[in-house]
Amino acid sequence: MTDAGPLLVAEDLRKHFPAKTGALFAGHDTVRAVDGVSFTIERGRTLALVGESGCGKSTVSRLVLRLIEPTDGRVMFDGRDLTKLSAEALRKARQDFQMVFQDPYASLSPRERVSDIIAEPLRVHNAVDGRRAQRDRVVELLERVGLSAWHGDRFPHQFSGGQRQRIGIARAIALNPKLVVADEPVSALDVSVQSQVINLLSDLQVEYGIAYLFVAHDLAVVKHIADTVAVMYLGRIVEIAEKRALFARPHHPYTQALLSAVPNPDPDARRSQIVLAGDVPSPTRVPSGCRFHTRCPIAQEICRRVDPAPQTVADDHAVACHFAKPHPIPADRPAGADRA
Amino acid sequence: MSATTQPDAGLQPIAAEPLVGWRGFLRSLFSSRVTIFGLALILVFAGVAVLAPILAPYNPVEQSIILMNRPPSAEHLLGTDGFGRDILSRIIWGTRPSLALALLAPMIALILGTAIGTMAGFFGGRIDRLVGRLTDTLMAFPSLLLGILVSAALGPGFFNVVAAVAFAFLPRFIRVARASTMAVRQEPYIEAAFAVGQPRWRIIFRHVVPNISGPIVVVATLWIATAIRIEATLSFLGLGVQAPDPSWGNIIRDGLGNLLGSPWPVIFAGAAITLCVLAFNLVGDALRDALDPEHRD
Repeated sequence: MTDAGPLLVAEDLRKHFPAKTGALFAGHDTVRAVDGVSFTIERGRTLALVGESGCGKSTVSRLVLRLIEPTDGRVMFDGRDLTKLSAEALRKARQDFQMVFQDPYASLSPRERVSDIIAEPLRVHNAVDGRRAQRDRVVELLERVGLSAWHGDRFPHQFSGGQRQRIGIARAIALNPKLVVADEPVSALDVSVQSQVINLLSDLQVEYGIAYLFVAHDLAVVKHIADTVAVMYLGRIVEIAEKRALFARPHHPYTQALLSAVPNPDPDARRSQIVLAGDVPSPTRVPSGCRFHTRCPIAQEICRRVDPAPQTVADDHAVACHFAKPHPIPADRPAGADRA
Repeated sequence: MSATTQPDAGLQPIAAEPLVGWRGFLRSLFSSRVTIFGLALILVFAGVAVLAPILAPYNPVEQSIILMNRPPSAEHLLGTDGFGRDILSRIIWGTRPSLALALLAPMIALILGTAIGTMAGFFGGRIDRLVGRLTDTLMAFPSLLLGILVSAALGPGFFNVVAAVAFAFLPRFIRVARASTMAVRQEPYIEAAFAVGQPRWRIIFRHVVPNISGPIVVVATLWIATAIRIEATLSFLGLGVQAPDPSWGNIIRDGLGNLLGSPWPVIFAGAAITLCVLAFNLVGDALRDALDPEHRD
């Protein structure tokens, strides 16, 4: 084990899906779901991956765990290249990285008791000796995520969404993993329950030193839990920065638009909403030059032609934009609206 | 917020869980008198098959030149056939091959079909394409024709008929198992099982097979009735149970030659087949409806 160095390094990950087009005359399109994504996750830290639906963030979460095979790129986990492991070695390695799913209803097998669902990773990896130890561990996990021992005898359909997500979290942490990938773990939950689950995840991080890759479509959700935030657009990371820097000084116009969409509880705060025109272009027809130019309020001629390379604008703050600077969108923002 | 260690809300048992609840399933299954009638009929046939040596008043293969072609009477309740054999005894003994085949053939097809269909649906790719083409080819034949083909190739005899009927049913089971597996394969809990690091065989046996068993069992019950018909047909054509041993099909075959002189063997054996097919169809339909909540009242 190499305790030095980052826990996870994703290098230039790509996933292209073939898509058939045409009913009669078959053609082939390529869906560039993930098109060159790199990031690093430090031990015990949280990287949040944020973007609109369809930007490829869920695909990234599955690439990192190699639940789907990347078209290109590699994932270094704890010094090992996951993309090169054999099926059996990968299966064994999975005890160190687990996943929490978006859908707390469908991600728990409907026919298994909760105690069996949570014990599954323990059994598969022979993590405990004997039935007694297994039962004790399951009870410990249930209580750790805020449920009770007797909940183990029940079936998933007898629980609320938030409780089910706790069961999913208990399953994910059963083997003391170093990394947990959480794919929109709260987006299916009531707002009132969301913060409870996020707090649970933070507590578990402090207690066990788990690193998170936290996928979300909502910047407000990650504000609490993230250390670093990466903003994705159409299969690429357009801006990645330490959380406070990103919220205070967003450099990419897309990040700005996302931030302006975060609801502000203060009714007196005057703030211009940046409403982007149009929809996300199809990942089968990625725009030339900068992917964002079709919707960007400050796009220039160069954006149509040249794909901007990520440039470092500050420590640990990289932006892929020709006009990267704090608040590049001049717009007609009312004075005092800046929340920098 | 310090609510992290508290459950979200009190656990509310959900009263009506139509999909998982056994009680709802059974209530739906037994809600109709027709279904209960079907079940009772099946039990009667099963009892007759088991107790054939006790129930049959005469030896089913004992011939008599004096008692040929008798109509129903006090001694011979359903009359006698062209060889003077007691028709009631022959029908009672004939229940055995019919029911045995009706249960054996779909069961063999179920086991093999589930194994092949699950593999094809789970692994996809080349295996799936190969299995898919083969299934399509076999499905192009009516199951009766396929049964006759295999029977003719294997020669007559009870177990050859079982093999023939099982083979004729196989593509139906492969299809259902494959389609159900492909649907279950997309479920997030399967992905979760992969993410946990479960081996593939474990995922198949623990998560896929239990979740596709419902539709497959229904298909099996629906094909039992067809199996009875096919067995009767094959025996009628001389490919099934061989004379002098009785089966419903060959009772009709024997009686056909003298249909105008003495119709009783054909009438009573035909009635036995009809009742048995009806019983299994009734129960099969009820089972399908009970397992499919959309059909439930």
